Amino acid sequence: MRAILTGEDVERALRRIAYEILEHNRGADEVVLLGIHTRGAPLAARLGTYIGEFEDAGVAVGTLDIGLYRDDLDQRPTTPLGPTELPGPIDDRTVVLVDDVLFTGRTIRAALDALADIGRARRVQLAVLVDRGHRELPIRPDYVGKNMPTSLAERVMVKIDEVDGAEGVWIADRPGAGTEGEGR
Amino acid sequence: MRDLLTTEGLSRELLESLLDDGAEFAEVLRRPIPKVPALRGKTVATMFFEPSTRTRLSFERAARALSADILSFSPGTSSLKKGESLKDTVLTIQAMGADLMVVRHTSTGAPWRVAEWTKLPVVNGGDGAHQHPTQALLDSLTLRDRFGSLDGLRIGIVGDIRHSRVARSDIHAFATLGAVVTLVAPPTLLPPDLAGWPVEVSHDLDEVLTELDAVYLLRVQAERGGSSVFPSLPEYRQRFGMTRRRFARLKPDTAVLHPGPMIRGVEIDQEVADDPRCLVLDQVANGVAVRMAVLFQLLGGERDE
Repeated sequence: MRAILTGEDVERALRRIAYEILEHNRGADEVVLLGIHTRGAPLAARLGTYIGEFEDAGVAVGTLDIGLYRDDLDQRPTTPLGPTELPGPIDDRTVVLVDDVLFTGRTIRAALDALADIGRARRVQLAVLVDRGHRELPIRPDYVGKNMPTSLAERVMVKIDEVDGAEGVWIADRPGAGTEGEGR
Repeated sequence: MRDLLTTEGLSRELLESLLDDGAEFAEVLRRPIPKVPALRGKTVATMFFEPSTRTRLSFERAARALSADILSFSPGTSSLKKGESLKDTVLTIQAMGADLMVVRHTSTGAPWRVAEWTKLPVVNGGDGAHQHPTQALLDSLTLRDRFGSLDGLRIGIVGDIRHSRVARSDIHAFATLGAVVTLVAPPTLLPPDLAGWPVEVSHDLDEVLTELDAVYLLRVQAERGGSSVFPSLPEYRQRFGMTRRRFARLKPDTAVLHPGPMIRGVEIDQEVADDPRCLVLDQVANGVAVRMAVLFQLLGGERDE
């Protein structure tokens, strides 16, 4: 198992992404950060904290569970549903989806479907801690912590303090134990 | 979980996972578009061999909110009248392409027979005076919403226990979730044998009234002979009804529940039924949410965790 990002690297990447979100959107007044359950949620909360520090003003943060929008319910067991908590209406706001790993893009496809049922955002952007490639859909990130070329034989493991009690990003050969970022 | 037939013997873990999912589905139902695509392409057959409005509507609402299709069967308009057997009916609906069956029947055990005949998951929508597991789930979720947990909660179930599948389902679910259940009824409205039931028993509502955190009122079920074992409805009200006077004696945060349909003026007074501490409408709303959880878990396959 190879370490790709340490806990400190993760923090630095998140701080940079927070600045990029502010720069790109000229502030955060219209921005809603939505973390995708499970590991996207604490990442979104931290981005929210940084943006609050940098701007001296709060930014709306929420969570989104996409378990009901998966396209592979027939192929994989259902998992317990996570919370969807919106800080308010998303209509005419800029929603930044936040997730740990961008892989096939199917999670993001599901998240976009979920968003469409919740309201009509003016814009949707995507922030990910790691982009490991191998997209199966026409989806690209707007903010990336680390671009990480991988082979399909490899597994990307992301740990986030709030969820896993440890933090960092690793690559391992399949199969292996441990948590895996977006596996589909 | 392959079928949901009874609450008896269900693990606390499974009950809580259904309630957890139910709480998330309750959130889905509050969205501007209260519908998710999770069960697109699946077909839920609602087979009600005993008349029912609210339970059937609730299951069908749950199925639609998950984007499933519905095959709706009622005996009044079917070949049962022409003499078709229950088994043939089940196999016919299966052959039409159902993915899950919700079965309600006047006979105890009918959903178990159906589960033997079909390879599909079966949900018991109420069998005779025996079980009604989704009612127990919606009651448990309503109590959990209200009190945070059922652990240590003192719940009194009042009325016609003997003929009540609601009581039989609730008792096991409530007890498994940590509540202390007291049955309150005259001996004629209690089952002949309570051995193995995790309950306490009282024949006097006024005696236990002030100890209860929740009072669950059962309907007097005339259609199952409930009124023939009691002298008169006014006397029932006087001894076991949630009258205004009794309501005033409850602890200030005690909740009142009822499976519906309520008979105002018998088991519950008008003013109590309309009081915010009467959670009947929360129960109805949670009914759709927990049935979504049941359909989702049964049609989504086994869970890893």
